[in-house]
Amino acid sequence: MTAETVIGAVGKQAEFRTCQYTGLKVDVAAQTLIKANAVAAVVFLLIGGLLGLSVALTRWPAVHLLPAEWFYLALTGHGANVLLFWIIFFEIAVLYFASAVLLNCRIAAPKFAWLGFILMIVGALLTNYAVLQGDSSVMFTSYPPMQAAPNFYLGLILFAVGALIGCVIFFATLVIAKEERTYEGSVPLVTFGAITAAIIAVFTIASGAVILIPTWLWSLGLISNIDPLMYKLVWWAMGHSTQQINVSAHVSIWYLTAALLLGAKPLSEKVSRTAFFMYILFLQLASAHHLLAEPGLDSSWKIVNTSYMMYLAVLGSMVHGLTVPGAIEAAQRKNGYTKGVFEWLRKAPWGNPAFSGMFLSLVMFGFIGGISGVVLGTEQLNVLMHNTLYVPGHFHGTVVTGTTLAFMGGTYLVLPLIFQREIIWPKLAKLQPYLFGIGAAGISLFMMGAGTLGVPRRHWDITFSDAPIAFAHSAGAFLMMGLNGISAILAALGGAIYVIVVVGTVLFGKKIVGGHKLTFPLHSGGGAAVSHYGSEGAVKLPGTIILITIFFVSFVLYYFINWKYLSELWLFH
Amino acid sequence: MSTLEPVPSSERVPTMQRILDNTFLLLFLGVTIPTVLYILWGVMELVSIPLAK
Amino acid sequence: MAVFPPKERIWWNEPIERVELIWIGVAFLWGLFMFGFMITWHFIGQQNLNKEAYRIAPSVYETKVEEFAKKYQVREEQGVPVVKPPAGADVYILGRLWQWWPVLELEKGTSYRIHLSTIDWMHGFSLQPVNINISAYPGYEHVFTLTPTESGEFGIVCNEFCGIGHHTMTGKIYVKDQKQAEVNQRLVAER
Ligand code: HEM
Ligand SMILES: [Cu+2]
Ligand SMILES: [Cu+2]
Repeated sequence: MTAETVIGAVGKQAEFRTCQYTGLKVDVAAQTLIKANAVAAVVFLLIGGLLGLSVALTRWPAVHLLPAEWFYLALTGHGANVLLFWIIFFEIAVLYFASAVLLNCRIAAPKFAWLGFILMIVGALLTNYAVLQGDSSVMFTSYPPMQAAPNFYLGLILFAVGALIGCVIFFATLVIAKEERTYEGSVPLVTFGAITAAIIAVFTIASGAVILIPTWLWSLGLISNIDPLMYKLVWWAMGHSTQQINVSAHVSIWYLTAALLLGAKPLSEKVSRTAFFMYILFLQLASAHHLLAEPGLDSSWKIVNTSYMMYLAVLGSMVHGLTVPGAIEAAQRKNGYTKGVFEWLRKAPWGNPAFSGMFLSLVMFGFIGGISGVVLGTEQLNVLMHNTLYVPGHFHGTVVTGTTLAFMGGTYLVLPLIFQREIIWPKLAKLQPYLFGIGAAGISLFMMGAGTLGVPRRHWDITFSDAPIAFAHSAGAFLMMGLNGISAILAALGGAIYVIVVVGTVLFGKKIVGGHKLTFPLHSGGGAAVSHYGSEGAVKLPGTIILITIFFVSFVLYYFINWKYLSELWLFH
Repeated sequence: MSTLEPVPSSERVPTMQRILDNTFLLLFLGVTIPTVLYILWGVMELVSIPLAK
Repeated sequence: MAVFPPKERIWWNEPIERVELIWIGVAFLWGLFMFGFMITWHFIGQQNLNKEAYRIAPSVYETKVEEFAKKYQVREEQGVPVVKPPAGADVYILGRLWQWWPVLELEKGTSYRIHLSTIDWMHGFSLQPVNINISAYPGYEHVFTLTPTESGEFGIVCNEFCGIGHHTMTGKIYVKDQKQAEVNQRLVAER
């Protein structure tokens, strides 16, 4: 049985163009799909970002922008639009890129892929419509027994079905590429990362179906009861695993960017791929992070799952944390930046937003999102921060400074390579990752700070002025919320510039034609640079060793500080 | 484009590499492990919560 | 490059960078340590959340809490009973729209069996400024032993979104230092 009989003969006569920069053969149908998904992603980022700003300004006690009802509505909308719609549309674009484009292959069943796209759009609009109607301010987690309008769940289900179609297209394209021998040997590392993301996506979407379909029926009155604890368990198999799709996708983008901009190659294929393999096996277990403060679950279940099976998936991330900067250092040293320990880093293309976005993402994901995530996900330590603002602080470190910033950086590659447009306002674009990165790091850190001081998440009024039994947080907490508000303005500004540059470029950017020199050049030897084994044996990597040592020391210190803090708590068992 | 060095036909592809090259085996593992360790085990924990006395 | 297939057909046999090897070793051992430490804390630590839980109809739980409050009520505050259970007693806490009920008066250094549940939506039990945070569910009665280690006035806020009044949901726990009080009394008596 060939792929054709499985997938149908659609798209057999695909139309290709050859990329003048990378030499890759690009299926035009795939290219259009990538464009559509990327544009949709940016639109939802715009909506979600504005909502995020309004949420942050409301949580700034001195500003307190929105009334309570609007605040909870905006927060629900913010979560759904950025976490689900922006990220997943972009990821579908990444999947199509990593399969069809990187494998020189036609995309499987483009019509079917468009069906998936339309379902995702309809679903996203339907959920937004339900949220705006005001009777679905249940937060994007929608814990029962609190109930949203049926359209809220239906929209999410349609969106998920569309995304699942995207994954099927991805796997089918891999099958075609193999059968038609469009590449030889193993798939490229970036594609392997995308495979990791897609595998996790399948588990994610299946779990989502298992829990959201009954919940939808319940909202229609067809099922009488949804058990809240059971819901939370299965919901997070989806909710947290989406974050693991993000991690796999943005790590792939780190490798992609390092390769295209600097000619970097993994230190060793074996190590980097095994790190992704650890993700495939264990990353999704971390869904248990959300059930550490719940009754009825045994500690053995909590420990095995929350530790991603003895931290083997964390090991994967720590390996990428070494191999990505390591590969960059090796490439830069080969490019001639060999002076001292850090010339390779100082002379890196910091003015290229694709690079700065990628590198900031790498550093901040590790230091802010990664370390706080492991601490938060430690069985006993969780009780210190569960449901406080520390949680949004942590995941803005992962999904905003990590994923979103990596995707933003990646966009500056997609615009010239896929949209074939010259980036308009390159000066503004240069600034953008820094502005957004600093702002996003700020909101992450200050929300973590506020959470450490006990400030609850999803909360309209930390002065508790309407509460019958008075309570107020410390002055430090108020300070944190103010600093969070200021950082939010910076992040929103950086986000706005991103949207403007992308939309402007897509609409008005100069068409790139043959022989064109890019404003933000790619590594000149891009198409040719291949060595026998990765960068192995080529050079010493003192800079990377220093960076990784700083990281490790911070990690260990922060971990033990939290145990110290825990040991001073009231006793409970 | 990468030009492959000719592989002597006697050289076998190592097992681990074959596993990592087998997308659908990976898909199977990536779905089964969390389904068993997280979902099934977790659901069993929850359904075995006793009724209040 | 990471965007092209590996050049060697058989890349699994390639040698690994020394720095990679060392880092893998360090990271692996650190992971093992963190894994082991969670287990160890169950034996050496004083802060481990109990899994003990029971299914219970919310109305039944409500009745239990009301009986508890009636039995040990010592006064009232803003219409909410202040309840002072004896040392070692079962203590019931109820989350509902939008209050933590009743107000408790506990003793420092004394252990209580705390029962925690809700009767409508999920709520988040968040003891402040101590910062102990536990999720509470309708239909599930969570039981754990709690020993206050400091005296004073503590707030309970709700940190699980529970509707439009979420930010008005509070409660209170007083912790008295009995020994300190006795010492003070003796001092006064002696004077
Ligand atoms: C302009 C940039 C952003 C700002 C200023 C911002 C700010 C905030 C704030 C203040 C909260 C509320 C925390 C709370 O009250 O519990 C929040 C929640 C959240 N944010 Fe963002 N954020 C931004 C971008 C993003 C992005 C890009 C993502 C995802 C990719 C994201 C994902 C989330 C999620 C999932 C929540 C939780 C919603 C919930 O609790 O239901 N944010 N954000
Ligand atoms: Cu509540
Ligand atoms: Cu609440």
